[in-house]
Amino acid sequence: MANNIVLIIRREYLERVRRKSFIISTILMPVLLIAMMAMPALMVIWSSPESKTIAVVDASGVVAPQLAGNTVMNFIPTPESADSAKANEAYNAVLVIGKDVVEKPDNIQFYTREAAGMQTEQLLTAQITDIIENQRLSKYNIDNLQQIMQDVKANVSIQSFRLDEEGETETSSTASYIIGMVTMMILYMFILLYGQMVMNGIIEEKNNRVLEIVVSSVKPAQLLVGKILGIGSVALTQMLLWGVLIFSFAQWGLPLLTSGMAGSDTELTTAIGNLGDTGYIMGLFATMTLLMMGGYLFYSAIYAAIGSAIDNIQDASQLQMFAVIPIIAGLIISLSVVNDPDSSMAVWTSMIPFTSPMVMMTRVPFGVPGWQLALSVVILAASLVFMIWLSAKIYRVGIFMYGKKPTIKDLIRWARYK
Amino acid sequence: MNILEASHIIKDYTGHRALDDVSIEVPEKSIYGLLGPNGAGKTTLIRIINHITAPDSGTVTFCGEPLTAKSISGIGYLPEERGLYKKMRVGEQAVFFARLKGMSTREATRRLKEWFERLEISGWWDKRIEELSKGMAQKVQFIITVLHRPKLLIFDEPFSGFDPINANILKREILRLRDEGATVIFSTHNMGSVEELCDSITLINKSRNILTGRIDELRRKYCDGNYRLTFNGDVHAMTKAIEPYADKIYSPDTDPDAPEKNLIFTLKDNQARRPLIAAANSTADIHGFEAILPSVDNIFIQAVNATTNQ
Repeated sequence: MANNIVLIIRREYLERVRRKSFIISTILMPVLLIAMMAMPALMVIWSSPESKTIAVVDASGVVAPQLAGNTVMNFIPTPESADSAKANEAYNAVLVIGKDVVEKPDNIQFYTREAAGMQTEQLLTAQITDIIENQRLSKYNIDNLQQIMQDVKANVSIQSFRLDEEGETETSSTASYIIGMVTMMILYMFILLYGQMVMNGIIEEKNNRVLEIVVSSVKPAQLLVGKILGIGSVALTQMLLWGVLIFSFAQWGLPLLTSGMAGSDTELTTAIGNLGDTGYIMGLFATMTLLMMGGYLFYSAIYAAIGSAIDNIQDASQLQMFAVIPIIAGLIISLSVVNDPDSSMAVWTSMIPFTSPMVMMTRVPFGVPGWQLALSVVILAASLVFMIWLSAKIYRVGIFMYGKKPTIKDLIRWARYK
Repeated sequence: MNILEASHIIKDYTGHRALDDVSIEVPEKSIYGLLGPNGAGKTTLIRIINHITAPDSGTVTFCGEPLTAKSISGIGYLPEERGLYKKMRVGEQAVFFARLKGMSTREATRRLKEWFERLEISGWWDKRIEELSKGMAQKVQFIITVLHRPKLLIFDEPFSGFDPINANILKREILRLRDEGATVIFSTHNMGSVEELCDSITLINKSRNILTGRIDELRRKYCDGNYRLTFNGDVHAMTKAIEPYADKIYSPDTDPDAPEKNLIFTLKDNQARRPLIAAANSTADIHGFEAILPSVDNIFIQAVNATTNQ
């Protein structure tokens, strides 16, 4: 009988791993990820954005001469009236500055033909604020003002250390932040994608009635467990292939990168130095894989129960909420936990199995006490066993229900059947 | 000996009773028809026999022992709604199902090749199911059902979706399996499609077993005194001669000049048979005198009417 579970796992695994879409997505995903991260930098390098011509109608005569243009904004002071400047097609935008702008700094209008970008507005505000502040300062007639301002300016940068058993380790909260977010997002994606794959697989079997032949040889619970484990092995395979890619990148790619960046931002170098530590990366990767499998098994059980209850994907949306909402809650909580990874909310939500895989993953790069990680994993393991057991009870009844859209009440009733 | 006995099966679903005290006994090496209209409870009974669902009460024995999960390897089941994994290749899929039934890969492959040759589908081994037509996929599914040489074969609506040629190939193979020692259960609402194959039948209507027995006995029991007389002579004279012994006499013939004439009638009672034959014999040359046996459809309608009138 256990042999049958192995046969089902094997079938589910081979069917998916052999698909072109699996091979393509496994190779393409990391490439896309790297491309996405490199995109902003490449954009700046490759594209010279069209510069915008901005007419400045300055009644005060203070601002216009000091406005500094850049590659994207070209300021042209003009004696024209605001209305005639606005009518002039040669200008992309018109900046109108009031006569009393130094006293009333809100007397500024900006007219554009296209929607004004937030960045443009921020840049303008910053520049004009500087100009007006300087103007106001100069009224006090302080000697050597420029020098004083230069001296006062402070560039604060904090180096942080984590105190643990091995003493002080230089950390970078920025790096932890980024690693936490990226790994959490990968986890989120995996749980959602592979959970839905389980649901779709069950709906498909139910739809083309192949299910009835399978359950005439194996118990429904065996089929369910085989399916979940088979698809889980696919997820694991994909994860491990990516792990190999990450490992190679850490081993050979990063050292090249860091050596090329010597002397730049200390925090960034620390972060990248950390990443280059293969042991650290592998530890992180192992934790991620563990949490991913735990989260996947837990949620795939919920998805399986949903899939067994409905006849087609269209009916899935309503019941799917019971899986999607907690997963998204995990994502949202993680987004806030990353700012305060040791808050009591962070600790609690990293214990509750619905949110724990993602929240715990977010916390791990910041350093989590070993007992918390262990407890979280144990709770997750216990709950996923319970969830699969519960799901099997619903599944056993659900797969033979055709033609009606069940409610959550029906599912609860099915779970109670002998 | 009975290979399968289901006794006093009751199965409730929320809101309705799918099987109400249904019992069947399937003799070994026979072909058994489980007949009834759609929704009568046939599929539920088959699922119970297949150990897919459990009855609320009642017992099932297979080969004299209570039905358990282990018995399943002795049963081959072709469900009404056919389905296979669409993306899987034919051969690989057939081997997968054979292995679920406990066969080794090597043995499964050997028998499959044999079957594929017999049904002339050897070229399909590496095709995906989604590339096959519905009828073609059904052939594959038939092979999967019988491959592990089960003692009991259960076919739910086996001939739906087949053209007459392939339906005949299938009938031929089913009879061959029976001759080799298998017991076959047909479940169908299309009673005419299996009546010439079945040895015994059970009629199920509205969750109840309303009629069980050997098909030849049932036919005789339900023949209702309808007879056909074939003779060479004058139809009017013959009608007059048998009128004292028969009712509802009519001639089904359309050609008045045909050398052989027919009359169909209902005997007034069983004692009337011999005097009727004597009267007919003295009127013209009799070629034949036979009871008209009802079709299973007819028996079913009569049985249903009889139970609803009670």
